[in-house]
Amino acid sequence: MSAAAVRARGWGWRHAGRGRFAVDGLDLDIAPGERVLLLGASGAGKSTLLRGLAGVLGGDEDGEERGELTVGDRPASRARGVAGLVLQDPDSQVVLARVGDDVAFGCENLGVAADEIWPRVGDALDAVGLRVGLEHATSALSGGQKQRLALAGALAMRPGLLLLDEPTANLDPAGVVEVRDAVIAAVAATGATLVVVEHRVDVWAAHVDRVVVLAAGGGVLADGAPDTVFRTHGDVLAETGVWVPGRHPHPALTAAADAASPALLSTHGLAVGRRPFGAREAVVAASGIALAARAGRVLAVTGPNGVGKSTLALTVAGLLAPAAGAVVASDELRAAGRATIGPDPLRWRSRELLTRIGTVFQSPDHQLAARTVRGELEIGPRALRLPPAEVAARVDPLLEEMGMSRLAAVNPFTLSGGEKRRLTVAAALATRPRVLVLDEPTFGQDARTWEQLVRLLGDLRAAGTAIVTVTHDEALVAQLADDVVALGAAASAPGGVG
Amino acid sequence: MSLATLDERTGVLGRRNALAKLVAATVVGVPLLLSIDPVSAAVALAAVLVLLPFARLSARGLWLRLWPIVVSALMAAAATVLYGRAGGETYLQWGLVHVSDGSLLLAAAIALRVLAIAVPSVVLFATTDPTDLADALAQLAKLPARFVIGALAGMRLVGLLIDDWNELARARRARGIADNGRVRRFLGQAFAVFVLAIRRGSDLATAMEARGFDAPVTRTWARTSRLTAGDAVLVLLGLAVAAASVGIALVTGSWRFVLTL
Repeated sequence: MSAAAVRARGWGWRHAGRGRFAVDGLDLDIAPGERVLLLGASGAGKSTLLRGLAGVLGGDEDGEERGELTVGDRPASRARGVAGLVLQDPDSQVVLARVGDDVAFGCENLGVAADEIWPRVGDALDAVGLRVGLEHATSALSGGQKQRLALAGALAMRPGLLLLDEPTANLDPAGVVEVRDAVIAAVAATGATLVVVEHRVDVWAAHVDRVVVLAAGGGVLADGAPDTVFRTHGDVLAETGVWVPGRHPHPALTAAADAASPALLSTHGLAVGRRPFGAREAVVAASGIALAARAGRVLAVTGPNGVGKSTLALTVAGLLAPAAGAVVASDELRAAGRATIGPDPLRWRSRELLTRIGTVFQSPDHQLAARTVRGELEIGPRALRLPPAEVAARVDPLLEEMGMSRLAAVNPFTLSGGEKRRLTVAAALATRPRVLVLDEPTFGQDARTWEQLVRLLGDLRAAGTAIVTVTHDEALVAQLADDVVALGAAASAPGGVG
Repeated sequence: MSLATLDERTGVLGRRNALAKLVAATVVGVPLLLSIDPVSAAVALAAVLVLLPFARLSARGLWLRLWPIVVSALMAAAATVLYGRAGGETYLQWGLVHVSDGSLLLAAAIALRVLAIAVPSVVLFATTDPTDLADALAQLAKLPARFVIGALAGMRLVGLLIDDWNELARARRARGIADNGRVRRFLGQAFAVFVLAIRRGSDLATAMEARGFDAPVTRTWARTSRLTAGDAVLVLLGLAVAAASVGIALVTGSWRFVLTL
């Protein structure tokens, strides 16, 4: 299919049940074959616009549309198959069990003749460089491979317009480059129009013709060549959390405690792994791990996807049994509660963990357990059976510090990604644990949330908390880490991110 | 799909069409639901066991899938021996427990029946890839594609939900709320998994829609589901087993229609 043009005239969309239009009064023209990076503050409606262009916003019961939005020469909602869409989460885009079938899925739906489908599937898989075989199980792909699979599924439809919604936000640095290069090669080969939403601007800036910034209140804030937009609107963009080239945050931090600071948690001959469903023994992901979480210092655990970083974090936090060896709490940590308890965190009661080891999971959705933001922060202090006045005395300053006071009564599941992340960190801090374990705290975060998190962790370090963080984020390691444990490359890396 | 699938797409049974397997399992199983007598079930089970080696499945893989059924058949039989309908000579009487000719016969009939229905079904479905079953149901049985493909895609989420459940359990422990009563904890966690499932489901629906799922054109099929002579043989074998089991039970006079029991 030839490259498709995009045209918006006074276009707006309001999701059913919301008072405000997510996008409003948008006028925009994109020429066939143009490559556009779409930016804007959180809540400016970038994802809504992409979904509108892909024609998947739904009908009247899903929301209210006004103005005009066309792809090619047809209304976007009736241009199914003209646009291909790749979303952020690698896991939620796999449809079928085998690689070949999954890529063929879109062609089947569009009624492509059966004998034409398989050549298209082959071409699409070649274009994204995914050469694992048509019969390969989609569940055995890494996060980066799953994203390339989703891209191949979109390319096989031969779209005139390729839409990408933060396609690399959930990937490690190697995965980011892998997916970005696949997109650029595919667009170069097909000449399709490209619209990509991504706040990690560095990844795409050199490969796009044009940057369009959506204004939070509706309409377009800036539009032009990448260099021009970043030069003229750099400040505004940085303020909204865009990673503007040359303006990455560098918060000033208080120095760490020295390397001889006492270890609160240490490991001895530790091997970590998870027990697959139904299996008797854990599959070892990493072994021979020696690390120490020291008061007033930040320990970063790094390494590519699939080497067991998340598994290690859960094991150190007393949430997963070691495959071998031991995690040992120091006397100081054992005494950091109402009573002194044993040295093995795995054997501590749930409540006994609270004042000793706080954990922030990679996905906030697994961790949220209350109906309001305030309730979320109260869970820990209440589990400690603190008196109501003390609970409030801990929760109120945290709400303030996180800039979430006005969100106190909001359902946490409706928050943005950055807000959820800040909330889960704050919830772990409410019980004042001596050790804080974080799994990819800066994953997919915008520059503003990133800066806030680094500042906060710096303050905690200064206050004597021992911090262990699993991370791919090179900037985080450079600015915050005092000690680094690099886990080796795994023989194979199934199971996606982390 | 390794959780469910044995001998995927290569063996004698793996190459049979999923629809043929479904028909064969139904043909063998349904008549057995109509009667409770040891003869029809014994004949069907014997025939299935004689045919089984020809499928060349791994004995260990087979046993892993069949043992729960063997155990439940034995448990059902044990309960029937002790508490089943009395008849004929009585061997033991103690309170409600009443072991007699009648209860022994009924126990044998029930154990054989459970096995005779379950063994072919498990064997046929353990060698079926879910994608192939969906293709067969939509293309050959003409079930609505929207429904069949939706169910197939949804099934893939089950594996993710098992991971979600474990992660939620750990998160709750980390948050200090895992010391509560078991029932309360289970309910809270079940609700959280439910919420996650809905979110994952709606994300998947968006991804599918973006790939033209449910577009207003006639869908084509990349994998054509075909019936072959081998599939006809499988269905005929099923018919033969069913005919033999019912026929011999009728001839020997042991057939007892369930509703007249």
